[in-house]
Amino acid sequence: MQSANRFGARLERRLPQLVVSPLFAVSLFFVYGFILWTAYISFTKSGVMPNYTFDGLAQYQRLWATPRWYVAIRNLFIFTALFIAISLAIGILLAVLLDQRVRIEGVIRTIYLYPMALSFIVTGTVWKWILNPGLGVERLVHQMGFESFSFDWLVNPDYAIYTVVMAAVWQSSGYAMALFLAGLRSVDDEVLKAAAIDGAGPWRTYTGIVLPMLRPVFLSTVIILAHLAIKSFDLVIALTGGGPGYATDMPATFMYAFAFQRSELGVAAASATMMLMTVIAIIVPYLYSELRKTAE
Amino acid sequence: MIRIDKVMLAAAVSCAALAGAARADGTVEVLHWWTSGGEAKAVGELKKAFEAEGGTWVDSPIAGGGGDAAMTALRARVMAGNPPTAVQLKGPGIQEWAEQGALNNVQDVAEAGNWDKVLPPALASIMKYEGKYVAAPVNIHRVDWIWGSPEALKKAGVEAMPTTWEEFNAAADKLEAAGLIALAHGGQPWQDATLFETVVLGVGGADFYRKALVELDDAALRSDTMVASFDQLRKLRGYVDPNFSGRDWNLATGMVMRGEAGFQIMGDWAKGEFLAAGKVPGEDFLCAPTPGKGFILNSDSFTFFKVSGDDNIKGQKVLARLIMSPEFQKVFNMAKGSIPARTDVPLDDFDSCAKRSHEDLLAAIENDTLVPSMAHEMAVPRSVRGEFLDLVTQFFNSDMSSQDATTRLADAVQRAM
Amino acid sequence: MRQRRISGIVHRRGPRHVLMRGLLFAILLLFCAYYLVPLVVMISTSLKSLAEIREGSLLSLPQGLDFSAWATAWGSACVGVRCDGLEPYVWNSVLMTVPAVAISTFLGALNGYALTKWRFRGADWIFALVLFGAFIPFQVVLLPMARTLGFLGLAGTVPGLILVHTVYGLAFTTLFFRNFFIGVSNGIVQAAMVDGAGFFGIFFRVVLPMSIPAIVVTVIWQFTQIWNDFLFGVAFTIGDSNPVTVALNNVVNTSTGVKQYNVDMAAAIIAGLPTLAVYVIAGAYFVRGLSAGAIKG
Repeated sequence: MQSANRFGARLERRLPQLVVSPLFAVSLFFVYGFILWTAYISFTKSGVMPNYTFDGLAQYQRLWATPRWYVAIRNLFIFTALFIAISLAIGILLAVLLDQRVRIEGVIRTIYLYPMALSFIVTGTVWKWILNPGLGVERLVHQMGFESFSFDWLVNPDYAIYTVVMAAVWQSSGYAMALFLAGLRSVDDEVLKAAAIDGAGPWRTYTGIVLPMLRPVFLSTVIILAHLAIKSFDLVIALTGGGPGYATDMPATFMYAFAFQRSELGVAAASATMMLMTVIAIIVPYLYSELRKTAE
Repeated sequence: MIRIDKVMLAAAVSCAALAGAARADGTVEVLHWWTSGGEAKAVGELKKAFEAEGGTWVDSPIAGGGGDAAMTALRARVMAGNPPTAVQLKGPGIQEWAEQGALNNVQDVAEAGNWDKVLPPALASIMKYEGKYVAAPVNIHRVDWIWGSPEALKKAGVEAMPTTWEEFNAAADKLEAAGLIALAHGGQPWQDATLFETVVLGVGGADFYRKALVELDDAALRSDTMVASFDQLRKLRGYVDPNFSGRDWNLATGMVMRGEAGFQIMGDWAKGEFLAAGKVPGEDFLCAPTPGKGFILNSDSFTFFKVSGDDNIKGQKVLARLIMSPEFQKVFNMAKGSIPARTDVPLDDFDSCAKRSHEDLLAAIENDTLVPSMAHEMAVPRSVRGEFLDLVTQFFNSDMSSQDATTRLADAVQRAM
Repeated sequence: MRQRRISGIVHRRGPRHVLMRGLLFAILLLFCAYYLVPLVVMISTSLKSLAEIREGSLLSLPQGLDFSAWATAWGSACVGVRCDGLEPYVWNSVLMTVPAVAISTFLGALNGYALTKWRFRGADWIFALVLFGAFIPFQVVLLPMARTLGFLGLAGTVPGLILVHTVYGLAFTTLFFRNFFIGVSNGIVQAAMVDGAGFFGIFFRVVLPMSIPAIVVTVIWQFTQIWNDFLFGVAFTIGDSNPVTVALNNVVNTSTGVKQYNVDMAAAIIAGLPTLAVYVIAGAYFVRGLSAGAIKG
């Protein structure tokens, strides 16, 4: 009787771990197991389909000898940096402005937020039209009589990546706004009052007092935006198809092209491994420091 | 709740495929990317014919990017161990999958139907793996066509369709002088590569084409002829309007149709677009082969994957027979703008461009100037084709010199091999 | 929606107040235009006839209202050899999305609760490990996942797809709930414990009812992600059980034939309507849910 009780108590004590263990197991298998599988494939002769013959670093040599790969990496850095920075800036600006007792806030907020509901495929298709010199903005301005106006970023290899940023910011900045607005709403009015009494101007109030309080919001927002940036695949495919040429290729599209269009699974796995290592190098220290802070 | 039933049915079908449960009539699941217009209608004909024989047809259309999405799904399906019965797959891709042991052969159907006699040998060899048929071709597309707008050409004072690249350049200059777009083109890698291969055929001839783009001979790839080909491609780039990037090929065809542009260089699927708009060949649009006196072959085919179960295998064989039947080949190709893969199907009901294509095909077989298309995955493995596409499209979208392009192309091909 | 009782930067009276207010609205409305233009383009294009699209500018408004493109997209557009429009595929998506969202949200709540309210050694480590899963590109997992589904006998089935979405949604649902529960006072849980309630008792009777805001945020996020997914849908379903995104792709990405831009646009809007509706209807709760603590790191 007593031992049964003790067993029950022990079970009860261990229950949280038991509940979490499937999550843990699922992550281990479906995330880390698959990452290991991919890493292994990158050292094999895999082509059309996985092939488990060991091939050393040959796939990595081929990867780093491919000019297109360098373009993809450069684009990832340009895109991620600009996308996160601009989305954060717009998100904060709009959140602060919306927080100024705007009467039709609900409507405006919905307008800012709705792009997130659309799939990247839809976003890409629409922006492709708007930015296309022969169909969209440029033609409209020409029709208005300004013949010399030119806006050809979409078809210009040097600028096309910025059109991807434009469309991505359009889609996600409203979400950043919502996160910051929510953060601002959880800041106590008393804090603002105290700041006003101290004679702090609006600029000082926000930059010096309110925004530093929103540190956790930055964490969530950056995680969500970074996740969208790294996975930016659909948008590139729909907006530029990686073009002109391969000027807007990203690691995700590069990997997809090599794995599924070109039957070069080994090179694709090598690129995936490089990409995951980059993500680990950037995200893990950030997660570590942030989790430590919030745990305290 | 009808929907749920349908989902259940689909699930049940796939389960049946897994378990190998047999039913009396044959079953096929066909993975293809012919989802629109004439093509979808053409597949519909195949479905009708198959169902008329009492079979069950499960349709798996996946559009987009010339089958990229479909290839993704195919890999996932093969990995999971439930491949579709037949897949729209072509060229060396067939061999790649065959080497993985992923295909079934339909040799008995081929022997009964005498496929060896009726197919062009160059095409038949692509359909076979280790001497046995593993795929069945549905059509022959010719890639090296120039489509012309009589209206635009008249306005510019161009009298005839060009037969050499010099004539083409002269005509294009005239068109530009008349304020028209000389060449309607869509800036997508495969379209750039289509231009490239027709230029290589025109500049170097069929033998050079074969050496460089099929056998991937290093000396040919680094030769002056290749440099000259890139020079001509650079000229063509100059004839394209500034808004070409990312444009779909059918929009480019529309420009020729409306007389905004003089020419388009594109395979004969463009003809389907003209015909669908009610245009008459010879009157509303002109067709002529690109220079070079060759025939760049592109052919769609269905490849048979390794399914098990009597029901599926039976379905597979019935499908193979139907695809190669003269009736289907005729109906399908009239809808699609191509010509039958069988050389013995009478072409009386086809238009003049198709007849021209057929004659040239027979002549090309005779003179050994029939070459497989690189851009359309008939000549080289997808990995090598990818390097071609990257380089050509890079050349087209930058001011790379022809000499540089030649060297970089040869290096890229070596890397991919 | 709770609004501020005092205002932070705007002075209450005087010409300067009017000027600042004007500037504020000017900026807000400018951004409204930025966000709305693409939607306006889509809707107006879907209401035009093909001839009108060809002749006019993309950004011009339609001359009349022509809903035929919508009817075509919904009921008769051809997807392969089947010409039933998007309708059947919308139902496929519903059948797939609803269970996947429900399961992943529930598991996220349970795990978030266990990780924060029953802090045990290594809880943060486990959370970090799980969270990293959010960054794995789906293209990477496609082939091993296919093999796994084949092994489980779930290849090409709707349950298989639900499993995939649940697995890869867990990182985010756990993140949302963990961040929410961290802001919830431990006192409530401890009080319940003193009353003799167990792990699940507290979860169902105390914790779950108070986490409505987090549930709203998570459901919105998961619904959007899963509904809009294309890659898993195309790889792990067969023909008639395709989700609507795959069907949309089949309608829009035609390889030949005349491009019916009006039908394309109508189809795109139809495919996006459920998520749009979720955002519009639940939008107010969304920000409220977020500010209730779901984003506190």
